[in-house]
Amino acid sequence: MIGIEHYLTVAAVLFVIGIFGIFLNRKNIIILLMSIELILLSVNINLVTFSSYLGDLAGQVFSLFVLTVAAAEAAIGLAILVCFFRNRGSIAVEDVNVMKG
Amino acid sequence: MLQSDLNIILPEIVLAIYAMVALVLGVYLGKDKVAGILSWATAAVFVLLGLWISIRPTGTTAFHGMYNNDAFAQYAQVGILFSAAAVLVMGLEHMARRKVLHFEFPVLIALAVLGMLVMVSAGDLITLYMGVELQSLALYVLASIRRDFLKSTEAGLKYFVLGSLSSGMLLYGASLVYGFSGTTLFSGIIEAAGQGHAPVGLLFGIVFMIAGLAFKISAVPFHMWTPDVYEGSPTPVTAFFATAPKFAAMGLFARLLYDAFGGVVGDWQQVTAMIAFLSMVVGSVAAIGQTNIKRLMSYSSIAHMGYALMGLSAGTAFGVQSMLLYLSIYVTMNIGAFAFIMSMERDGQPVTDIRSLNVYASASPGRALALLLLLFSMAGVPPFIGFFAKIYVLRAAYEGGLVWLAIMAVLASVVGAFYYLRVVYFMYFGKSSEEPLDESKNPVLLGFLTVSAAIMLIGVVNLFGLEGVAQAAAASLVQ
Repeated sequence: MIGIEHYLTVAAVLFVIGIFGIFLNRKNIIILLMSIELILLSVNINLVTFSSYLGDLAGQVFSLFVLTVAAAEAAIGLAILVCFFRNRGSIAVEDVNVMKG
Repeated sequence: MLQSDLNIILPEIVLAIYAMVALVLGVYLGKDKVAGILSWATAAVFVLLGLWISIRPTGTTAFHGMYNNDAFAQYAQVGILFSAAAVLVMGLEHMARRKVLHFEFPVLIALAVLGMLVMVSAGDLITLYMGVELQSLALYVLASIRRDFLKSTEAGLKYFVLGSLSSGMLLYGASLVYGFSGTTLFSGIIEAAGQGHAPVGLLFGIVFMIAGLAFKISAVPFHMWTPDVYEGSPTPVTAFFATAPKFAAMGLFARLLYDAFGGVVGDWQQVTAMIAFLSMVVGSVAAIGQTNIKRLMSYSSIAHMGYALMGLSAGTAFGVQSMLLYLSIYVTMNIGAFAFIMSMERDGQPVTDIRSLNVYASASPGRALALLLLLFSMAGVPPFIGFFAKIYVLRAAYEGGLVWLAIMAVLASVVGAFYYLRVVYFMYFGKSSEEPLDESKNPVLLGFLTVSAAIMLIGVVNLFGLEGVAQAAAASLVQ
Protein backbone atom coordinates (compact mmCIF):
# COMPACT_ATOMS: atom_id res chain seq x y z
CA MET A 1 0.00 0.00 0.00
CA ILE A 2 1.39 3.38 -1.01
CA GLY A 3 0.81 5.92 1.79
CA ILE A 4 1.54 9.61 2.29
CA GLU A 5 5.06 8.90 3.58
CA HIS A 6 6.07 7.42 0.20
CA TYR A 7 5.03 10.56 -1.63
CA LEU A 8 6.80 12.77 0.90
CA THR A 9 9.95 10.67 0.59
CA VAL A 10 9.96 11.07 -3.20
CA ALA A 11 9.55 14.82 -2.79
CA ALA A 12 12.34 15.01 -0.22
CA VAL A 13 14.68 12.97 -2.45
CA LEU A 14 13.96 15.22 -5.43
CA PHE A 15 14.55 18.30 -3.26
CA VAL A 16 17.91 17.01 -2.08
CA ILE A 17 18.93 16.08 -5.65
CA GLY A 18 18.07 19.63 -6.69
CA ILE A 19 20.16 21.17 -3.88
CA PHE A 20 23.11 18.90 -4.67
CA GLY A 21 22.73 19.73 -8.35
CA ILE A 22 23.30 23.39 -7.53
CA PHE A 23 26.28 22.89 -5.24
CA LEU A 24 28.11 19.97 -6.83
CA ASN A 25 27.61 20.87 -10.49
CA ARG A 26 30.81 22.36 -11.92
CA LYS A 27 29.91 22.29 -15.60
CA ASN A 28 26.99 24.12 -17.05
CA ILE A 29 24.63 26.86 -15.85
CA ILE A 30 21.71 25.23 -17.69
CA ILE A 31 22.03 22.36 -15.22
CA LEU A 32 21.65 24.89 -12.39
CA LEU A 33 18.36 26.04 -13.94
CA MET A 34 17.21 22.42 -14.19
CA SER A 35 18.08 21.86 -10.53
CA ILE A 36 16.02 24.89 -9.55
CA GLU A 37 13.05 23.48 -11.48
CA LEU A 38 13.54 20.16 -9.70
CA ILE A 39 13.35 21.89 -6.31
CA LEU A 40 10.14 23.69 -7.24
CA LEU A 41 8.57 20.49 -8.60
CA SER A 42 9.44 18.57 -5.44
CA VAL A 43 7.59 21.27 -3.52
CA ASN A 44 4.61 20.77 -5.80
CA ILE A 45 4.53 17.03 -5.07
CA ASN A 46 4.57 17.90 -1.37
CA LEU A 47 1.73 20.38 -1.71
CA VAL A 48 -0.50 18.11 -3.78
CA THR A 49 0.13 15.17 -1.45
CA PHE A 50 -0.77 17.16 1.62
CA SER A 51 -3.76 18.64 -0.14
CA SER A 52 -5.16 15.25 -1.04
CA TYR A 53 -4.36 13.82 2.39
CA LEU A 54 -5.96 16.72 4.26
CA GLY A 55 -8.93 17.01 1.89
CA ASP A 56 -8.17 20.72 1.61
CA LEU A 57 -7.97 22.51 -1.75
CA ALA A 58 -5.59 25.30 -0.69
CA GLY A 59 -2.54 23.16 -1.36
CA GLN A 60 -3.52 22.51 -4.97
CA VAL A 61 -4.22 26.21 -5.51
CA PHE A 62 -0.79 26.93 -4.04
CA SER A 63 0.85 24.44 -6.42
CA LEU A 64 -0.78 26.18 -9.41
CA PHE A 65 0.70 29.49 -8.24
CA VAL A 66 4.09 27.80 -7.88
CA LEU A 67 3.90 26.40 -11.41
CA THR A 68 3.12 29.84 -12.84
CA VAL A 69 5.92 31.55 -10.96
CA ALA A 70 8.36 28.77 -11.92
CA ALA A 71 7.66 29.47 -15.58
CA ALA A 72 8.30 33.20 -15.11
CA GLU A 73 11.44 32.44 -13.14
CA ALA A 74 12.83 30.15 -15.85
CA ALA A 75 12.15 32.84 -18.47
CA ILE A 76 14.02 35.49 -16.49
CA GLY A 77 16.87 33.10 -15.71
CA LEU A 78 17.35 32.24 -19.38
CA ALA A 79 17.20 35.93 -20.35
CA ILE A 80 19.94 36.82 -17.87
CA LEU A 81 21.93 33.80 -19.06
CA VAL A 82 21.73 34.99 -22.68
CA CYS A 83 22.99 38.46 -21.66
CA PHE A 84 25.83 36.84 -19.72
CA PHE A 85 26.74 34.62 -22.67
CA ARG A 86 26.95 37.62 -25.00
CA ASN A 87 29.46 39.31 -22.70
CA ARG A 88 31.49 36.28 -21.64
CA GLY A 89 31.17 33.90 -24.57
CA SER A 90 30.69 30.93 -22.27
CA ILE A 91 28.12 29.47 -19.89
CA ALA A 92 30.44 27.23 -17.93
CA VAL A 93 30.07 27.57 -14.16
CA GLU A 94 33.81 28.10 -13.63
CA ASP A 95 33.68 31.12 -15.96
CA VAL A 96 31.32 33.01 -13.63
CA ASN A 97 34.33 34.33 -11.77
CA VAL A 98 35.01 37.98 -12.62
CA MET A 99 34.21 38.91 -9.02
CA LYS A 100 35.48 36.76 -6.19
CA GLY A 101 32.92 36.39 -3.44
CA MET B 1 -17.66 41.95 1.23
CA LEU B 2 -15.55 41.96 -1.91
CA GLN B 3 -15.94 45.73 -2.10
CA SER B 4 -14.40 46.26 1.33
CA ASP B 5 -11.61 43.77 0.56
CA LEU B 6 -10.73 45.62 -2.61
CA ASN B 7 -10.80 48.94 -0.75
CA ILE B 8 -8.13 47.63 1.61
CA ILE B 9 -5.73 46.69 -1.18
CA LEU B 10 -6.53 49.80 -3.26
CA PRO B 11 -3.01 51.31 -2.96
CA GLU B 12 -1.48 48.09 -4.26
CA ILE B 13 -3.99 47.95 -7.13
CA VAL B 14 -3.16 51.55 -8.03
CA LEU B 15 0.56 50.77 -8.06
CA ALA B 16 0.07 47.62 -10.16
CA ILE B 17 -2.01 49.48 -12.74
CA TYR B 18 0.47 52.36 -12.75
CA ALA B 19 3.38 49.98 -13.44
CA MET B 20 1.59 48.31 -16.35
CA VAL B 21 0.43 51.60 -17.86
CA ALA B 22 3.94 53.03 -17.51
CA LEU B 23 5.37 50.00 -19.30
CA VAL B 24 2.96 50.38 -22.23
CA LEU B 25 3.48 54.16 -22.39
CA GLY B 26 7.23 53.66 -22.32
CA VAL B 27 7.08 51.31 -25.29
CA TYR B 28 4.84 53.60 -27.37
CA LEU B 29 6.34 56.98 -26.45
CA GLY B 30 9.90 56.55 -27.63
CA LYS B 31 11.35 54.08 -25.14
CA ASP B 32 14.47 55.35 -23.37
CA LYS B 33 13.76 59.00 -24.22
CA VAL B 34 10.93 59.10 -21.68
CA ALA B 35 12.88 57.22 -19.00
CA GLY B 36 13.67 60.41 -17.05
CA ILE B 37 10.07 61.63 -16.93
CA LEU B 38 8.83 58.14 -16.13
CA SER B 39 11.27 57.88 -13.22
CA TRP B 40 10.18 61.19 -11.71
CA ALA B 41 6.53 60.17 -12.17
CA THR B 42 7.22 56.83 -10.46
CA ALA B 43 8.90 58.57 -7.53
CA ALA B 44 5.92 60.93 -7.27
CA VAL B 45 3.52 57.97 -7.26
CA PHE B 46 5.56 56.34 -4.47
CA VAL B 47 5.45 59.49 -2.34
CA LEU B 48 1.73 60.03 -2.91
CA LEU B 49 0.95 56.39 -2.08
CA GLY B 50 3.12 56.66 1.02
CA LEU B 51 1.20 59.73 2.20
CA TRP B 52 -2.11 58.05 1.41
CA ILE B 53 -1.19 54.87 3.29
CA SER B 54 0.06 56.86 6.27
CA ILE B 55 -3.33 58.56 6.79
CA ARG B 56 -5.45 55.47 6.06
CA PRO B 57 -7.30 53.77 8.92
CA THR B 58 -5.72 50.44 9.86
CA GLY B 59 -6.59 47.33 11.81
CA THR B 60 -8.55 45.36 9.21
CA THR B 61 -7.88 42.24 7.17
CA ALA B 62 -8.95 41.43 3.63
CA PHE B 63 -9.79 38.17 1.82
CA HIS B 64 -10.50 36.14 4.96
CA GLY B 65 -7.23 37.09 6.60
CA MET B 66 -4.94 36.56 3.59
CA TYR B 67 -4.02 40.23 3.60
CA ASN B 68 -3.37 42.35 6.68
CA ASN B 69 -3.78 46.07 6.95
CA ASP B 70 -2.48 46.74 10.46
CA ALA B 71 -0.21 49.40 11.92
CA PHE B 72 2.85 47.19 11.31
CA ALA B 73 2.12 46.87 7.59
CA GLN B 74 1.45 50.61 7.45
CA TYR B 75 4.79 51.48 9.05
CA ALA B 76 6.77 49.14 6.79
CA GLN B 77 4.91 50.18 3.63
CA VAL B 78 5.48 53.88 4.22
CA GLY B 79 9.17 53.22 4.92
CA ILE B 80 9.54 51.14 1.75
CA LEU B 81 7.76 53.67 -0.48
CA PHE B 82 9.68 56.71 0.76
CA SER B 83 13.09 55.05 0.63
CA ALA B 84 12.42 53.64 -2.84
CA ALA B 85 11.37 57.11 -4.08
CA ALA B 86 14.54 58.66 -2.65
CA VAL B 87 16.86 56.06 -4.19
CA LEU B 88 15.10 56.20 -7.56
CA VAL B 89 15.50 59.97 -7.82
CA MET B 90 19.12 59.87 -6.62
CA GLY B 91 20.34 57.47 -9.27
CA LEU B 92 18.87 59.07 -12.39
CA GLU B 93 21.75 61.30 -13.37
CA HIS B 94 24.29 58.56 -12.68
CA MET B 95 22.38 56.09 -14.87
CA ALA B 96 21.67 58.60 -17.65
CA ARG B 97 25.31 59.58 -18.08
CA ARG B 98 26.29 55.92 -18.52
CA LYS B 99 23.43 55.46 -21.00
CA VAL B 100 21.82 52.71 -18.91
CA LEU B 101 18.71 54.67 -17.96
CA HIS B 102 16.31 52.33 -19.77
CA PHE B 103 12.61 53.05 -19.36
CA GLU B 104 12.27 49.62 -17.77
CA PHE B 105 14.28 50.85 -14.77
CA PRO B 106 11.46 52.79 -13.02
CA VAL B 107 8.91 50.15 -14.07
CA LEU B 108 10.96 47.34 -12.54
CA ILE B 109 11.42 49.35 -9.36
CA ALA B 110 7.67 49.94 -9.22
CA LEU B 111 7.00 46.20 -9.59
CA ALA B 112 9.61 45.32 -6.97
CA VAL B 113 8.05 47.83 -4.58
CA LEU B 114 4.62 46.33 -5.25
CA GLY B 115 6.01 42.94 -4.25
CA MET B 116 7.44 44.46 -1.08
CA LEU B 117 4.11 46.05 -0.14
CA VAL B 118 2.48 42.62 -0.48
CA MET B 119 5.26 40.95 1.53
CA VAL B 120 4.92 43.08 4.63
CA SER B 121 1.14 42.69 4.77
CA ALA B 122 0.92 38.99 3.94
CA GLY B 123 -1.42 36.94 6.12
CA ASP B 124 -1.13 33.68 4.24
CA LEU B 125 1.65 31.48 2.86
CA ILE B 126 0.44 32.01 -0.73
CA THR B 127 0.38 35.79 -0.36
CA LEU B 128 3.83 35.63 1.21
CA TYR B 129 5.22 33.60 -1.68
CA MET B 130 3.68 35.79 -4.38
CA GLY B 131 5.04 38.94 -2.72
CA VAL B 132 8.53 37.50 -2.36
CA GLU B 133 8.62 36.32 -5.97
CA LEU B 134 7.28 39.56 -7.44
CA GLN B 135 10.01 41.40 -5.58
CA SER B 136 12.79 38.93 -6.38
CA LEU B 137 12.06 38.53 -10.09
CA ALA B 138 12.17 42.31 -10.55
CA LEU B 139 15.40 42.54 -8.55
CA TYR B 140 17.17 39.84 -10.62
CA VAL B 141 16.56 41.89 -13.75
CA LEU B 142 17.57 45.15 -12.02
CA ALA B 143 20.94 43.67 -11.01
CA SER B 144 21.77 42.90 -14.64
CA ILE B 145 20.21 46.05 -16.12
CA ARG B 146 23.58 47.15 -17.53
CA ARG B 147 23.30 44.30 -19.97
CA ASP B 148 26.37 44.97 -22.12
CA PHE B 149 28.60 44.99 -19.06
CA LEU B 150 30.07 41.69 -17.89
CA LYS B 151 30.13 42.44 -14.16
CA SER B 152 26.50 43.50 -14.11
CA THR B 153 25.24 40.39 -15.92
CA GLU B 154 27.40 38.19 -13.71
CA ALA B 155 25.89 39.87 -10.65
CA GLY B 156 22.42 39.23 -12.04
CA LEU B 157 23.23 35.58 -12.75
CA LYS B 158 24.63 34.94 -9.28
CA TYR B 159 21.72 36.72 -7.65
CA PHE B 160 19.28 34.73 -9.76
CA VAL B 161 20.72 31.30 -8.97
CA LEU B 162 21.11 31.87 -5.23
CA GLY B 163 17.84 33.80 -4.97
CA SER B 164 15.92 31.00 -6.68
CA LEU B 165 17.55 28.47 -4.38
CA SER B 166 16.40 30.51 -1.39
CA SER B 167 12.88 30.76 -2.82
CA GLY B 168 12.92 26.98 -3.20
CA MET B 169 13.89 26.48 0.43
CA LEU B 170 11.26 28.98 1.56
CA LEU B 171 8.70 27.13 -0.49
CA TYR B 172 9.70 23.68 0.75
CA GLY B 173 9.35 25.01 4.29
CA ALA B 174 5.96 26.50 3.40
CA SER B 175 4.76 23.16 2.03
CA LEU B 176 5.78 21.39 5.26
CA VAL B 177 4.10 24.06 7.37
CA TYR B 178 0.95 23.66 5.30
CA GLY B 179 1.02 19.89 5.60
CA PHE B 180 1.53 19.78 9.34
CA SER B 181 -0.87 22.58 10.25
CA GLY B 182 -3.55 21.89 7.64
CA THR B 183 -3.94 25.48 6.51
CA THR B 184 -2.01 28.21 4.72
CA LEU B 185 -3.49 31.05 6.80
CA PHE B 186 -1.18 32.48 9.47
CA SER B 187 -4.13 32.70 11.87
CA GLY B 188 -4.70 28.95 11.43
CA ILE B 189 -1.01 28.06 11.67
CA ILE B 190 -0.60 29.84 15.00
CA GLU B 191 -3.47 27.77 16.41
CA ALA B 192 -2.08 24.51 15.02
CA ALA B 193 1.40 25.25 16.35
CA GLY B 194 0.03 25.77 19.85
CA GLN B 195 1.97 27.16 22.79
CA GLY B 196 5.40 26.14 23.98
CA HIS B 197 6.87 23.74 21.42
CA ALA B 198 5.79 23.02 17.87
CA PRO B 199 5.43 19.47 16.49
CA VAL B 200 8.55 18.14 14.74
CA GLY B 201 7.17 18.40 11.20
CA LEU B 202 6.23 22.02 11.73
CA LEU B 203 9.67 22.68 13.21
CA PHE B 204 11.29 21.48 9.97
CA GLY B 205 9.06 23.87 8.06
CA ILE B 206 9.96 26.78 10.33
CA VAL B 207 13.70 26.15 9.91
CA PHE B 208 13.46 25.92 6.11
CA MET B 209 11.41 29.13 5.95
CA ILE B 210 13.89 30.96 8.20
CA ALA B 211 16.76 29.80 5.97
CA GLY B 212 14.94 31.07 2.87
CA LEU B 213 14.25 34.46 4.42
CA ALA B 214 17.80 34.75 5.78
CA PHE B 215 18.95 34.61 2.15
CA LYS B 216 16.71 37.56 1.33
CA ILE B 217 18.07 39.73 4.14
CA SER B 218 21.64 38.54 3.38
CA ALA B 219 22.27 37.15 6.86
CA VAL B 220 25.24 34.85 7.50
CA PRO B 221 25.55 31.90 6.57
CA PHE B 222 23.39 32.80 3.55
CA HIS B 223 25.26 35.97 2.58
CA MET B 224 27.59 34.69 -0.18
CA TRP B 225 25.80 36.55 -2.96
CA THR B 226 25.79 39.96 -1.31
CA PRO B 227 29.32 41.34 -1.95
CA ASP B 228 29.36 40.23 -5.60
CA VAL B 229 25.88 41.51 -6.37
CA TYR B 230 26.60 44.84 -4.66
CA GLU B 231 29.86 45.22 -6.54
CA GLY B 232 28.60 44.18 -9.97
CA SER B 233 25.29 46.05 -10.11
CA PRO B 234 25.23 49.70 -11.19
CA THR B 235 25.58 51.91 -8.09
CA PRO B 236 21.96 53.22 -8.11
CA VAL B 237 20.73 49.62 -8.17
CA THR B 238 23.10 48.75 -5.33
CA ALA B 239 21.67 51.66 -3.36
CA PHE B 240 18.20 50.27 -3.98
CA PHE B 241 19.23 46.74 -2.87
CA ALA B 242 20.65 48.13 0.35
CA THR B 243 17.47 49.96 1.39
CA ALA B 244 13.88 49.02 0.49
CA PRO B 245 14.27 45.22 -0.05
CA LYS B 246 16.03 44.88 3.30
CA PHE B 247 13.18 46.74 5.00
CA ALA B 248 10.63 44.52 3.28
CA ALA B 249 12.41 41.24 3.98
CA MET B 250 12.88 42.07 7.66
CA GLY B 251 9.23 43.11 7.81
CA LEU B 252 8.22 39.79 6.30
CA PHE B 253 10.53 37.95 8.71
CA ALA B 254 8.82 39.62 11.68
CA ARG B 255 5.40 39.05 10.15
CA LEU B 256 6.00 35.33 9.72
CA LEU B 257 7.67 34.74 13.08
CA TYR B 258 5.04 36.57 15.12
CA ASP B 259 1.83 36.10 13.14
CA ALA B 260 2.36 32.42 12.29
CA PHE B 261 4.81 31.16 14.93
CA GLY B 262 4.23 33.64 17.75
CA GLY B 263 3.24 30.83 20.14
CA VAL B 264 6.47 28.87 19.77
CA VAL B 265 9.03 31.65 20.32
CA GLY B 266 11.43 29.26 22.06
CA ASP B 267 11.66 27.10 18.93
CA TRP B 268 12.89 29.80 16.54
CA GLN B 269 14.61 32.16 18.96
CA GLN B 270 17.80 30.09 19.09
CA VAL B 271 17.99 29.94 15.28
CA THR B 272 17.50 33.67 14.69
CA ALA B 273 19.82 34.59 17.58
CA MET B 274 22.55 32.41 16.05
CA ILE B 275 22.03 33.93 12.59
CA ALA B 276 22.14 37.42 14.13
CA PHE B 277 25.36 36.61 15.99
CA LEU B 278 27.10 35.20 12.89
CA SER B 279 25.95 38.15 10.74
CA MET B 280 27.31 40.71 13.18
CA VAL B 281 30.67 38.96 13.51
CA VAL B 282 31.23 38.08 9.85
CA GLY B 283 29.89 41.46 8.65
CA SER B 284 32.36 43.27 10.91
CA VAL B 285 35.42 41.08 10.46
CA ALA B 286 35.22 40.34 6.74
CA ALA B 287 34.85 44.04 5.86
CA ILE B 288 38.28 44.89 7.25
CA GLY B 289 40.17 43.72 4.18
CA GLN B 290 37.89 45.38 1.63
CA THR B 291 39.10 48.31 -0.45
CA ASN B 292 36.09 48.58 -2.76
CA ILE B 293 33.54 50.84 -1.09
CA LYS B 294 30.58 48.95 -2.57
CA ARG B 295 31.84 45.65 -1.13
CA LEU B 296 32.47 47.48 2.13
CA MET B 297 28.85 48.66 2.16
CA SER B 298 27.68 45.09 1.49
CA TYR B 299 29.48 43.76 4.56
CA SER B 300 28.21 46.76 6.48
CA SER B 301 24.65 45.86 5.51
CA ILE B 302 25.23 42.21 6.54
CA ALA B 303 26.32 43.42 9.98
CA HIS B 304 23.41 45.87 10.24
CA MET B 305 20.94 43.08 9.39
CA GLY B 306 22.49 41.10 12.24
CA TYR B 307 21.72 43.92 14.69
CA ALA B 308 18.15 44.27 13.41
CA LEU B 309 17.69 40.50 13.68
CA MET B 310 18.94 40.67 17.25
CA GLY B 311 16.02 42.95 18.09
CA LEU B 312 13.66 40.53 16.39
CA SER B 313 15.10 37.53 18.27
CA ALA B 314 14.14 39.08 21.61
CA GLY B 315 10.62 37.76 21.10
CA THR B 316 8.89 40.77 22.65
CA ALA B 317 6.88 43.73 21.36
CA PHE B 318 9.76 45.98 22.35
CA GLY B 319 12.05 43.82 20.24
CA VAL B 320 9.91 44.39 17.14
CA GLN B 321 9.74 48.11 17.93
CA SER B 322 13.54 48.29 18.21
CA MET B 323 13.88 46.39 14.91
CA LEU B 324 11.57 48.83 13.11
CA LEU B 325 13.47 51.83 14.49
CA TYR B 326 16.79 50.23 13.56
CA LEU B 327 15.61 49.62 10.00
CA SER B 328 14.35 53.19 9.56
CA ILE B 329 17.65 54.61 10.77
CA TYR B 330 19.67 52.11 8.72
CA VAL B 331 17.80 53.07 5.55
CA THR B 332 18.36 56.79 6.21
CA MET B 333 22.09 56.27 6.77
CA ASN B 334 22.42 54.18 3.62
CA ILE B 335 20.60 56.71 1.45
CA GLY B 336 23.11 59.34 2.56
CA ALA B 337 26.12 57.07 2.13
CA PHE B 338 25.07 55.98 -1.36
CA ALA B 339 24.38 59.59 -2.36
CA PHE B 340 28.06 60.12 -1.59
CA ILE B 341 29.25 56.94 -3.36
CA MET B 342 27.35 57.89 -6.52
CA SER B 343 29.17 61.20 -6.61
CA MET B 344 32.63 59.55 -6.40
CA GLU B 345 34.04 60.07 -9.89
CA ARG B 346 37.32 60.80 -11.56
CA ASP B 347 37.24 62.20 -15.11
CA GLY B 348 33.58 61.22 -15.30
CA GLN B 349 34.28 57.55 -14.48
CA PRO B 350 32.93 56.04 -11.26
CA VAL B 351 35.58 55.23 -8.66
CA THR B 352 34.99 52.69 -5.91
CA ASP B 353 38.42 52.36 -4.30
CA ILE B 354 38.39 53.88 -0.80
CA ARG B 355 42.00 55.04 -1.22
CA SER B 356 40.78 57.54 -3.80
CA LEU B 357 39.33 59.45 -0.83
CA ASN B 358 42.83 60.43 0.34
CA VAL B 359 42.95 64.08 1.45
CA TYR B 360 39.35 64.47 0.35
CA ALA B 361 38.63 66.68 3.36
CA SER B 362 40.89 69.49 2.18
CA ALA B 363 39.39 69.39 -1.33
CA SER B 364 35.73 69.54 -0.28
CA PRO B 365 35.39 69.89 3.49
CA GLY B 366 31.59 70.08 3.53
CA ARG B 367 31.00 66.74 1.82
CA ALA B 368 33.74 65.09 3.85
CA LEU B 369 32.07 66.28 7.04
CA ALA B 370 28.70 64.91 5.89
CA LEU B 371 30.24 61.50 5.16
CA LEU B 372 32.02 61.61 8.51
CA LEU B 373 28.71 62.13 10.31
CA LEU B 374 27.13 59.22 8.40
CA LEU B 375 30.03 56.85 9.01
CA PHE B 376 30.21 57.71 12.72
CA SER B 377 26.50 57.08 12.91
CA MET B 378 26.86 53.69 11.17
CA ALA B 379 29.65 52.73 13.55
CA GLY B 380 27.36 53.62 16.46
CA VAL B 381 29.36 56.50 17.91
CA PRO B 382 27.36 58.68 20.32
CA PRO B 383 25.70 61.17 20.08
CA PHE B 384 24.62 60.28 16.54
CA ILE B 385 21.35 58.58 15.75
CA GLY B 386 22.97 55.23 14.87
CA PHE B 387 24.08 54.95 18.48
CA PHE B 388 20.48 55.13 19.68
CA ALA B 389 19.44 52.54 17.10
CA LYS B 390 21.99 50.15 18.59
CA ILE B 391 20.93 51.03 22.16
CA TYR B 392 17.35 50.00 21.35
CA VAL B 393 18.24 46.57 19.93
CA LEU B 394 20.73 45.93 22.74
CA ARG B 395 18.11 46.73 25.35
CA ALA B 396 15.59 44.50 23.58
CA ALA B 397 18.07 41.59 23.52
CA TYR B 398 18.97 42.15 27.18
CA GLU B 399 15.35 42.27 28.30
CA GLY B 400 14.54 39.25 26.15
CA GLY B 401 17.12 37.20 28.04
CA LEU B 402 19.75 37.12 25.29
CA VAL B 403 22.54 38.66 27.35
CA TRP B 404 25.32 36.75 25.55
CA LEU B 405 24.06 38.06 22.22
CA ALA B 406 24.04 41.65 23.50
CA ILE B 407 27.64 41.31 24.69
CA MET B 408 28.72 39.84 21.35
CA ALA B 409 26.94 42.68 19.54
CA VAL B 410 28.91 45.28 21.47
CA LEU B 411 32.19 43.49 20.69
CA ALA B 412 31.26 43.18 17.00
CA SER B 413 30.41 46.87 16.78
CA VAL B 414 33.82 47.75 18.21
CA VAL B 415 35.49 45.66 15.49
CA GLY B 416 33.13 47.13 12.89
CA ALA B 417 34.03 50.68 13.88
CA PHE B 418 37.52 50.05 12.48
CA TYR B 419 36.55 49.99 8.84
CA TYR B 420 34.21 52.96 9.07
CA LEU B 421 36.90 54.98 10.81
CA ARG B 422 39.49 53.90 8.23
CA VAL B 423 37.51 55.73 5.52
CA VAL B 424 37.44 58.80 7.76
CA TYR B 425 41.19 58.42 8.30
CA PHE B 426 41.82 58.42 4.55
CA MET B 427 39.69 61.54 4.10
CA TYR B 428 41.33 63.58 6.85
CA PHE B 429 44.85 62.20 7.36
CA GLY B 430 45.58 60.21 4.18
CA LYS B 431 48.56 60.94 1.96
CA SER B 432 47.85 62.44 -1.40
CA SER B 433 49.15 60.13 -4.12
CA GLU B 434 46.68 60.16 -6.98
CA GLU B 435 44.65 62.75 -8.79
CA PRO B 436 41.79 64.09 -6.66
CA LEU B 437 38.18 63.12 -7.33
CA ASP B 438 35.99 65.32 -9.51
CA GLU B 439 33.99 68.09 -7.92
CA SER B 440 30.43 66.76 -8.02
CA LYS B 441 27.83 69.26 -9.18
CA ASN B 442 24.73 67.13 -8.91
CA PRO B 443 22.30 69.07 -6.65
CA VAL B 444 20.06 66.03 -6.02
CA LEU B 445 22.90 63.94 -4.58
CA LEU B 446 24.18 66.88 -2.56
CA GLY B 447 20.67 67.48 -1.20
CA PHE B 448 20.19 63.87 -0.08
CA LEU B 449 23.68 63.75 1.43
CA THR B 450 23.12 66.97 3.38
CA VAL B 451 19.65 66.06 4.60
CA SER B 452 20.57 62.57 5.79
CA ALA B 453 23.73 63.85 7.47
CA ALA B 454 21.64 66.50 9.20
CA ILE B 455 19.18 63.84 10.35
CA MET B 456 22.08 62.00 12.03
CA LEU B 457 22.43 65.02 14.33
CA ILE B 458 18.93 66.49 14.58
CA GLY B 459 17.19 63.11 14.82
CA VAL B 460 18.57 62.41 18.27
CA VAL B 461 16.22 65.02 19.76
CA ASN B 462 13.12 62.85 19.51
CA LEU B 463 13.66 60.56 16.47
CA PHE B 464 10.99 62.67 14.72
CA GLY B 465 8.34 60.98 16.84
CA LEU B 466 9.03 57.62 15.19
CA GLU B 467 9.34 55.89 18.55
CA GLY B 468 5.62 56.09 19.30
CA VAL B 469 4.64 55.07 15.77
CA ALA B 470 6.98 52.07 15.88
CA GLN B 471 5.57 51.12 19.28
CA ALA B 472 2.03 51.12 17.90
CA ALA B 473 3.19 49.09 14.90
CA ALA B 474 4.91 46.51 17.09
CA ALA B 475 1.88 46.29 19.37
CA SER B 476 -0.33 45.45 16.39
CA LEU B 477 1.97 42.54 15.47
CA VAL B 478 2.78 41.04 18.87
CA GLN B 479 -0.33 40.33 20.89
